[in-house]
Amino acid sequence: MDYEVLKLVWWVLIGVLLVGFAVTDGFDMGVGALLRIIGRTDTERRVMLNTIGPHWDGNQVWFITAGGAIFAAWPVVYAVAFSGFYWAMLLVLFAMFFRPVGFEYRAKVDDPRWRSLWDWGLTIGGAVPALVFGVAFGNLILGVPFSLDEFMRSTYTGSFWALLNPFGLVAGLVSLGMLMMHGGTWLQMRTDGALHERARRITVALAVLVAALFALAGVWIWMGIDGYVIMDIKSTAAAVTPLDKVVTTQEGAWLSNYGQHPWMMIAPLLGFAGLALTVLMSMMNRGVMAFVSSSLAITGIILTAGFSLFPFIMPSSLEPSHSLTVWDVVSSEMTLNIMFWVAMVFVPIVLSYTIWGYYKMWGRLTNQFIEDNKYSTY
Amino acid sequence: MISESMVDLSRLQFAMTALYHFLFVPLTLGLSFILAIMESAYVMTGKQVYQDMVKFWGKLFGINFALGVTTGLTMEFQFGTNWAYYSHYVGDIFGAPLAIEGLMAFFLESTFIGLFFFGWDRLTRIQHMIVTWLVALGSNLSALWILIANGWMQNPVGAEFNYNTMRMEMTSFVEVLFNPVAQVKFVHTVSAGYVTGAMFVLGISSYYLLKKRDLPFARRSFAIASSFGLAAILSVILLGDESGYEIGDVQKTKLAAIEAEWETHPAPAAFTLFGLPNEETMETDYAIRIPWVLGLIATRSTDEQVVGIKDLLVEHEERVRNGMGAYDLFTQLKAGDESPATMAAFDEVKDDLGYGLLLKKYTPDVIDATEDQIKSAARDTIPGVAPMFFTFRIMVAIGFTMFLLVALAFWHSARQTIDKQTWLQKALLWAIPLPFLACEMGWFVAEYGRQPWSIGEVLPTHLSTSTRSVEELWMSIAGFVLFYTALLVAEVYLMFKFARLGPSALHTGRYHFEKEASHSMTGGTTAGPKAQPLQARNEQA
Repeated sequence: MDYEVLKLVWWVLIGVLLVGFAVTDGFDMGVGALLRIIGRTDTERRVMLNTIGPHWDGNQVWFITAGGAIFAAWPVVYAVAFSGFYWAMLLVLFAMFFRPVGFEYRAKVDDPRWRSLWDWGLTIGGAVPALVFGVAFGNLILGVPFSLDEFMRSTYTGSFWALLNPFGLVAGLVSLGMLMMHGGTWLQMRTDGALHERARRITVALAVLVAALFALAGVWIWMGIDGYVIMDIKSTAAAVTPLDKVVTTQEGAWLSNYGQHPWMMIAPLLGFAGLALTVLMSMMNRGVMAFVSSSLAITGIILTAGFSLFPFIMPSSLEPSHSLTVWDVVSSEMTLNIMFWVAMVFVPIVLSYTIWGYYKMWGRLTNQFIEDNKYSTY
Repeated sequence: MISESMVDLSRLQFAMTALYHFLFVPLTLGLSFILAIMESAYVMTGKQVYQDMVKFWGKLFGINFALGVTTGLTMEFQFGTNWAYYSHYVGDIFGAPLAIEGLMAFFLESTFIGLFFFGWDRLTRIQHMIVTWLVALGSNLSALWILIANGWMQNPVGAEFNYNTMRMEMTSFVEVLFNPVAQVKFVHTVSAGYVTGAMFVLGISSYYLLKKRDLPFARRSFAIASSFGLAAILSVILLGDESGYEIGDVQKTKLAAIEAEWETHPAPAAFTLFGLPNEETMETDYAIRIPWVLGLIATRSTDEQVVGIKDLLVEHEERVRNGMGAYDLFTQLKAGDESPATMAAFDEVKDDLGYGLLLKKYTPDVIDATEDQIKSAARDTIPGVAPMFFTFRIMVAIGFTMFLLVALAFWHSARQTIDKQTWLQKALLWAIPLPFLACEMGWFVAEYGRQPWSIGEVLPTHLSTSTRSVEELWMSIAGFVLFYTALLVAEVYLMFKFARLGPSALHTGRYHFEKEASHSMTGGTTAGPKAQPLQARNEQA
């Protein structure tokens, strides 16, 4: 593979990791966010937590590995994005602190105040990261205020509050809504009785809401947000830095990829079709199919953001020519090559034992099960 | 833009969060193997008590593990949030082991930890045992990859500077993998983790022996931990990572600072057992020296010298001067003069570019540095001697203390005389904090000793940070302190609660508080000491 192809392959691989994160960790974050909404009693909440008990930790590794892979393959993005989005990143981390301890400690003390405290923690740990990831993506589409100097040191001039602009918030709600919906479909598969019914109803409501917000974001991008275009770049095949190109903003540029490559329309279509199917399957009480549909919807929505931005990853509103793109943020050819083979070997291994784990733990959990095993479960 | 306080605060935040993370990691490393050994004993003998041991120590493992995961999240992202320039400059090399750690180790550990806790009724005995071994393997593999990353910070092999992309780039992955510093660090660190796990189980088992509770359970736990611990502490001491201090300039400097070796002495050098290093006079006051020992430990020979600080300073000053030349050539290359002559000249001196960058702290243009500034930059290459000297000695003293305790524990456990050794039981109980303290000291020696470099001889720490305001840093530090303190309180509370409760926490009906409680209920005893276990049971687990 030559360097140019490797750069594209790594855009795909990071995408796979982000989708993998949203589809796996997404449902357990969704369950966390739904915990106080549809779990009415302590036992019901324990049922919810125990459906994800054996899996949340492995799922969370998708997030950590995506972070590590961005560091290894896109070091410039890792440096500029995480330092620029400092408070957003810390907010995600602080919120996620509640998860490992919340899961592990909640059931260990039989006191309603203690458990209620961790319920809040798990709700925050599920909802806040989901919201913030969407807000971050929304702001990538708007462009973020950073610049680079000749030594490649980045300076970010925006603030945390500036991220919470209307479009950013809409994107955040799409993300939060879709992960909660995803959690709802998971609970449809893994619970029964009243909890199962509530999960069905809330999944339908959330899927409709997400479809509306996703459409709104699309119209917003079409009508009101300027995209970025590379006018001139030193090379896409060689090693270049973000300083080696000229970029300008243009009306409707975020939609131009769909004109040039109509097959890319599959992403938004998949998003809407997945959402429609999620509604349908939930109404028909087909939990597994609802979960699959919801996974497809999430994949479609994330791909839509990726395709719209491509080849941009993090456009700069301050110095458009300093924008980060797939061509100029990558590691050296050697590192990309090595990491590609590492991924080719380990991702299938990880997937196979992950699937084995789900297979072994499969089945609906009931209130009775929790009552019978109250000392050994979450 | 880069102020001294900004760098100091970034370092403070990193040190705090890393030291805090490292409170939980060693116990995970050691206890996961102890659990796997216990479960193997269960599968081989079929004795219920071994399964109870896995489940009970597994509960304590889980309480600790949760905070390990929590604080590990910070570590994965903090290079980006607070060390952006570092991340850009060395991400090409440093990012790879981090990503591999995720793919190879974290997935393994985290997927199987779920099955470890929830899979008892879903898996066969053999399957569950394999799951436990895989958890142990995963946590140890993660130590391997993070230490390959850290070893590269100490001794950056297999990479070179590319002035076009303004960063270090990998030239040999194999060299990065088989970096001798990384290998030595890995063995030393995981062995320290095993000792931590062993001391933890020994200490808490001793508590049950002292209380005369659940004796068969406690004795068996004690026996496994003492034999595992003995092997581990021997490995820590014999394979101590001093041997890694001869490789690379940063490591040599570290060694000289640890030993307060101001002068280069004829081989083999004497070991300073104790003394008061004086940075002003460059002498160690009131030194007690043991001839030969340092030379033997550090060089594993009688004829190789240990280079002293004064000689290192001379070398480093020379390299700072070379570094100015390298920086001059680098600016010419950047400005477009890519003639073969300039490139060849730069290749000649680019290994000293890092030393030139040390001057950035004093003058942004580097090449106009004054004599004083050059002297200061060279002086910066020696980390504080007194902190290194003392933390190292605390670590080693704890190491030998633990060796003594574990050896005695093993002896009495093997001879089945442990029940009578109440003083040893007490000592082991009170010694639980020792391995944690030693691990923190070891971390300090390794990382403080690396200063002023974030990447040895390549990138100075003060250039590595993100551009951040001092106020922001204070706020994030406050956030971490707040969260981490609250989480620590919860962790310690649960750890004490369950350690005190012992295997009764499993509610199998086979252990102390449950038997006492059912006895007291059927016997109708209402007051006195018997009431207490009932209460403890009601607190539940």
